[in-house]
Amino acid sequence: MNDAMTAPLLSVRNLKTYFTQDEGTVKAVDGVSFDMAPGATLGIVGESGCGKSITARSILRIVDRPGRIVEGEIHFRRPAANGRAERVIDLATLDANGAEMRGIRGAEIALIFQEPMSSFSPVHSVGNQIIEAILLHQPVSRAEARDKTIEILHRVGVSSPEQRVDQLANQLSGGLRQRAMIAMALSCRPTLLIADEPTTALDVTTQTQILELMRHLQQEDRMAIMLITHDLGVIAEMATDVAVMYLGRVVEQAPVDAIFHDPKHPYTRGLLRSIPRIRSKTRERLTPIAGAVPHPYDRPTGCPFHPRCPDFMPGTCDRKAPSLRPVGDNHAVSCFLYP
Amino acid sequence: MTPLLQVSDLQKFFPIKKGFLKRTVGHVRAVDGVSFHIDEGETLGLVGESGCGKTTTARCILRAIEPTAGRVSVRAANGSVVEMGALRSSELRALRREMQMIFQDPFTSLNPRMTLLDLVGEPLLVHGLGNRREREERVADLLRRVGLRPEYMRRFPHAFSGGERQRIGIARALALHPRLVVADEPVSALDVSVQAQILNLLLDLQADFRLTYLFVAHDLSVVRHISNRVAVMYVGRMVEVAETEALFSAPKHPYTAALLSAVPEPDPRTRSKRIVLQGEVANPASPPSGCYFHPRCAYAIERCRTETPAWQEVSKGRFVSCHRAEELTLPGVE
Repeated sequence: MNDAMTAPLLSVRNLKTYFTQDEGTVKAVDGVSFDMAPGATLGIVGESGCGKSITARSILRIVDRPGRIVEGEIHFRRPAANGRAERVIDLATLDANGAEMRGIRGAEIALIFQEPMSSFSPVHSVGNQIIEAILLHQPVSRAEARDKTIEILHRVGVSSPEQRVDQLANQLSGGLRQRAMIAMALSCRPTLLIADEPTTALDVTTQTQILELMRHLQQEDRMAIMLITHDLGVIAEMATDVAVMYLGRVVEQAPVDAIFHDPKHPYTRGLLRSIPRIRSKTRERLTPIAGAVPHPYDRPTGCPFHPRCPDFMPGTCDRKAPSLRPVGDNHAVSCFLYP
Repeated sequence: MTPLLQVSDLQKFFPIKKGFLKRTVGHVRAVDGVSFHIDEGETLGLVGESGCGKTTTARCILRAIEPTAGRVSVRAANGSVVEMGALRSSELRALRREMQMIFQDPFTSLNPRMTLLDLVGEPLLVHGLGNRREREERVADLLRRVGLRPEYMRRFPHAFSGGERQRIGIARALALHPRLVVADEPVSALDVSVQAQILNLLLDLQADFRLTYLFVAHDLSVVRHISNRVAVMYVGRMVEVAETEALFSAPKHPYTAALLSAVPEPDPRTRSKRIVLQGEVANPASPPSGCYFHPRCAYAIERCRTETPAWQEVSKGRFVSCHRAEELTLPGVE
């Protein structure tokens, strides 16, 4: 598995990001492990508080204080560039504000946020913000950067980019803003794009446009996408592989077809049963998961899902924490039902 | 039987004011001539994208905001039909007991300084119903009905999760035995595993209390699970109303078909060719000529650019506003 073709682009091992406060420690990410192949789309799905966004922020090393990575490794394969050979580095050991991390962040790993309105500065034109990102990472003049910006705005489907480049974020509609956000993220041709709920704030018809655009750009640029969302429909539409998270842990990871057609973990199964489907019978009762996601200070012992689990085994699930074990081809589950 | 609620030609325009003198320079046509009815005991789903006027319609019905024009008639408990615009404020207050609202965000819609007892009991207090002890009993009963423990009635909302808070909001809405409940995106702020609990609760309460729902939502999968009939809005206008099954399996308006096709399905094996609508939702302050949907419509003909389509009944109970409704066969979901 170590030849250049199949070596992972990103390999996260036992990542733990904790927020220590006076009230206690929130284990936002508590031992997350996964691999991403170059050009793949990994969907990370989970409910609020499952740690999916903090995982992304940990990879980019932009976790807000008091949060910090207390354990684990984030191996990222940097492509060959400027006479430097391809190499794998552990992002977790880098200085978050150091030159190397700043060279990776925004250039080789880019991020799209959920709310494009609050991610753009309201007082600088959208174009200037993209130009700034290009100037930061590429040896080009300001005029060249502006041309590149117009070109990339055109590429993401912004109509009349020559005018749009000088507009402020609040002059653009939600869909256009998200396109501009994608343009900024792609301006330096990243090998990994992290999209954190990229379409959650958008209407469904706009969502279709943005997902279509992301797929198209991914094929052209051959970049990997880490797609973070709570929407299983978006996951099914986009992902090649899926990691299901619950309370800071990956409970199941598998290729997309296995997650939807052969789910193993009781939480994954519960989620799939509980979501309303457009091809359902009219006015049919749903099968919910009992209870609610626990408060982060009030984390259950043992397996974090055990208080809500229909297959709860007393004496086992509430005492010991299960670990991710393989159950099939690229399919791993963290549950005592699969010893 | 006369419907419980009849809305005719409802309009709500918001003025756009500009300059030092705050002169009105135009209007946002948030709701632009909407007509529909709801029968007693049924659920009408009202769907559309953001800014289409679905929430404004709901608020006009409850007279939370005054409509610009149009009639909203309600069949009162004694069988008489009253037109809400003609009521005096005291009569309106009495009628409001029968019409309640459930809000989208359970984190901002509950006063954090009030206990559950105060929150759920407040409507009773406002309408002068019962003494303190009776109110407490009623609140305990309501909390049980929505799946919360009555022992918690002295607690504050912050002690509860999103799903539990939405249950509190539902209990509050039910306190006065309403007949019509307007639910504005009641599950869209909730986690997916909790959404199902609240949708089931709404179905149960409807059966128990013979409630009538106007269910405003943008999520078509959710709407399919709760509605008997569905109304689709686009830029302040109604484009289609039909029985849920008929609307989902054979939509008659190209916008309905595009909306249905845009919903990503939780099954990787059904990844299919989507109808990708071009362009953006029209601006309700300066809508396009003719049919508002024509700039994005794949089936638009010359007539659509110039002539506003009529709101016509194409088969029993099925209304569409499209010039080509009779000739088009559009894809739905089975």
